[in-house]
Amino acid sequence: MNKKLYIQSYCKIANNEVVLNDVVVLKTELSDDKSFFKSIYNFLNLKYPKFFKMDGLSKLTYLASELILKDIEIKDRNIAIVFSNSASSLETDRKYQKSINDSASYFPSPSVFVYTLPNIGIGEVSIRHQLKSENAFFVFEKFNAKFNYFYESNLMHTKKATNVLGGWTNLDGQVAEAFVYLLSENGKLEFTIENLNKLYKK
Amino acid sequence: MDNLKQELKEKIIENLNLEDMNVADIDDNDVLFGDGLGLDSIDALELIVMLDKDYGIKIADPKKGKSIFESINTMAKFISENRN
Repeated sequence: MNKKLYIQSYCKIANNEVVLNDVVVLKTELSDDKSFFKSIYNFLNLKYPKFFKMDGLSKLTYLASELILKDIEIKDRNIAIVFSNSASSLETDRKYQKSINDSASYFPSPSVFVYTLPNIGIGEVSIRHQLKSENAFFVFEKFNAKFNYFYESNLMHTKKATNVLGGWTNLDGQVAEAFVYLLSENGKLEFTIENLNKLYKK
Repeated sequence: MDNLKQELKEKIIENLNLEDMNVADIDDNDVLFGDGLGLDSIDALELIVMLDKDYGIKIADPKKGKSIFESINTMAKFISENRN
C-alpha cells in the first residue's frame, strides 16, 4: 500500500494579497502586477538581481516558490516541480508579437523572446535552488486538482521525487494568480483532490 | 561624448532591467560582461538590437561584439564612429 502524502505548506498570491499557510502575510493596494511583484520581492528580502529580468509569469512562479522554499531545509534537492495554468505564456507572447508586428520597425527583443514558453519559470526556480529534478508544465482550462493528485502522487510513489512543488501560476491581463504547495511524506493536511480544491478556492 | 556615455548607461539600465543599479554605479571603464556588471549572452543580443534600433548601427560580424561591448568607453567610441 502506498504511503500517505501530505501538503506540507502552501501559498497563494492573488488580488494584491499574499497568503502563506492560511495567514495573510502581505496586503497591498498597488495598481499593477509589476509593482505588486516587486513589493513581494522586497517583503521577502530577496537578493536575486535576475528577478528583474524575468517576465511576469516567471516572477510570479519564482515568488510563489520562494515563499514555500525559502525557509525549508532541502536535503537531497530531489524536488519535482509540476505547474499548470490556463494562459500559458500569452502575456509575454503578446509583448513579443508587438515587437515584430511592424515590418518598418522590426526589432524583436531577445530578452522577451526567451520567456515565450510557460515552463521557463520552472527553469528559473530550478536554477535558483540548483534543482536537477523532474519537472513539467501543463496548460488546462482551469485548476485541475484531479490531474495534479494522480500525476504528483505517482512521482512520489515511484520515488522519482522526494517532494513535489506543485501548483497553478497564471498571468493574463490584469489577472495574476498563484497557488503553490509542497507535497511531502510528512505533514498534517492529507494530499487529496478535495483538500487541493479546498485550498485553491479558499 | 560624455552625453553619449550618460545616455548609454541610462539605456543599459532600462533595456537590460538592471533595477538594482543606477548610472553612478557604472564607471566608464567597467567591464560589462563576466565579473564586471555581470551581463549575460541574452544581454549581449539585447545590446546588438539597441545599437540597431537607437543608433542605426548593424553589427554584421557578431565576433566584433566582444570588443565593442567591453565597456561604456568602447561602446561610445564605436557608436560615435559609426552612427548614421
